[in-house]
Amino acid sequence: MKNQLRLDDHKGGSQPNAVSPLKSPLIKVAELFGFSKWYTKVLIIIFCLLIPFIVHSNYAMRVIIYIGLYIVLALGLNVVMGFTGLLNIGHAAFYAIGAYTTAILMVNHGVSFWLTIPIGMVLGILFGIVLGFPTLRVRDDYLAMVTLGFGQIVYIVANNWMGLTKGPRGIPGIPAPTIGFWDWKIVIDSYPTYYYLILFFVFLTIYACVRVRNSRVGLAWMAIREDEDVAAVMGINLVYYKTLAFGFSAALGALAGSFFAVFQTFVSPNSFTILESVIIITIPILGGLGSIPGTIIGAIIMIAAPEIFRAASEYRMVALGAFMVLMMIFKPEGLLGKKLYEQTYKA
Amino acid sequence: MFWQQFVNWINLGALYALMAIGYTMVYGIVKLINFAHGEIFMFGAFFTWWFMTALSIPFPLASLIGIMLASILGVGIERIAYRPLRKAPRFAILISVLGMSIFLQNMARIIWGAEFQIFEVDFPYPPILIGNVIIPVKKIFILLTSFVLMVALAIFIQKTYLGKAMRAAAADREAAEMMGINVNSVITLTFVIGSALGAVAGILYAINYNSIDPIMGFNAGMKAFAAAVLGGIGNIYGAMLGGLLLGFLEGTGTGYVSSMYRDAFAFGLLILVLIFRPQGLLGEGKYEKPIKVR
Repeated sequence: MKNQLRLDDHKGGSQPNAVSPLKSPLIKVAELFGFSKWYTKVLIIIFCLLIPFIVHSNYAMRVIIYIGLYIVLALGLNVVMGFTGLLNIGHAAFYAIGAYTTAILMVNHGVSFWLTIPIGMVLGILFGIVLGFPTLRVRDDYLAMVTLGFGQIVYIVANNWMGLTKGPRGIPGIPAPTIGFWDWKIVIDSYPTYYYLILFFVFLTIYACVRVRNSRVGLAWMAIREDEDVAAVMGINLVYYKTLAFGFSAALGALAGSFFAVFQTFVSPNSFTILESVIIITIPILGGLGSIPGTIIGAIIMIAAPEIFRAASEYRMVALGAFMVLMMIFKPEGLLGKKLYEQTYKA
Repeated sequence: MFWQQFVNWINLGALYALMAIGYTMVYGIVKLINFAHGEIFMFGAFFTWWFMTALSIPFPLASLIGIMLASILGVGIERIAYRPLRKAPRFAILISVLGMSIFLQNMARIIWGAEFQIFEVDFPYPPILIGNVIIPVKKIFILLTSFVLMVALAIFIQKTYLGKAMRAAAADREAAEMMGINVNSVITLTFVIGSALGAVAGILYAINYNSIDPIMGFNAGMKAFAAAVLGGIGNIYGAMLGGLLLGFLEGTGTGYVSSMYRDAFAFGLLILVLIFRPQGLLGEGKYEKPIKVR
């Protein structure tokens, strides 16, 4: 049992031979090319750092920054959906909470951007715990409906609470954050600076996700995903670990929201509709639920593909829906994911 | 004034009830939410509107065709998004049905445009006056249609052979199969009836508000689902009760709170019911142990 749970993505687990049926062929190909070696990682990091010097078009930079933003969002959702196996159709709510916290605090109260991030994350965590609490009593589709309702409530409140969020008109004029000491100061208001900011958040998120996955907490989450009842019998406190998953996920969602607010310099409810949640959901599904590299690749594909096929942009959502159905029928484990225990042994 | 409002509430409640039945019937047998039910509701109204305006077919015939097409659509949803995944984890089915719902909603947007369309049905009779309450004929039509359909469905489920098969399949699919019931056809039948009722609800909703748009199914679907859960999902009488109750609560609630938050009210109620009484008003047993279908 332990090996199955540990085997997740590129790391390959401690005894690869014992659990080979769970491995996706794509992971094997990736391993063949040395994608799990330390020098590959260093190369990838150096490449990421050099991107602003390679890419000069503002449009391409914008797309790349959005990819980074969605990597943070999708990795956050992956904690709840991929690690813990709880469907959340309201992730955009946390995104909205982070974005509105930063927007309101910076515009109305002149708080520094760097201070609004932890405030937004704490607020996100609080809402995440509130949302995570019902997971004790409700499962599967009921939970999906609760999260859908929660996402919709946050959207409705953002749309109607004129005093706080200014309703559909949104909050414009969010100031650019600055970083630096004494005389040395950088204003984050150009594409390369935004890029390095989101790159920092992306690395932070990946680091946090990898660390938490390989910890006791991550193992507990995966045990809950594979079989909730068995996990409970094994002494895993379901309430604690489920709310923890929602809190962790919400914090990352709020972080992405804070970045979105300063990047867009404008926040309105239209950015946080149910469709936004659905787009975020499809990313870990495409990449493979529970797989961190898979989610990153999923974000790159999901955000870059619609930009390539811009001519057919109205068909984007149609394609997204069809894609979700087909993916579940033909390859439910995604590109880099592993099959769920249920899929491998029960069916 | 109260009675005037009461007519509106009960109208809305009947529509929610009609739609909630579709959710609850499918849930009873497949043990999964049909996320795409709201889209069937919307497609029912849109098909009818399209036959009425583009082909100028009279309303009764157009609505019949619309209901039939919506039923076919419901069966199609079952064939594509449920049946290939019957042995898959519930998680996968939920995502595939959610994808189906997104797909259909945006298809409607591409075919008919994202704007509101006017849905006009003439009832050439003067409104009825009871005391000082004015009741337009269309409201009476909506109320009568929904109640007749609900009673007919109750009789069908309780008295006929097919209804018995449906109840058996809902109670225990494997046992029903062993008793010689073709569960696959029962599931198809459930989707046909549920979708037809959903389409009727969509058409009546369009008559009530005189307008249709591609996202009408989403909010109405969420509310109908809230109604189904309120009454106890899987229980058809619960869905009827829940729908009427939700219409009433929404009506009275809106009187005291801002009307802007009307939609949030139903969602909040849904979350509260799921937390404190997940089996609903008429539901039995604990939800905590869902019936394992596999």
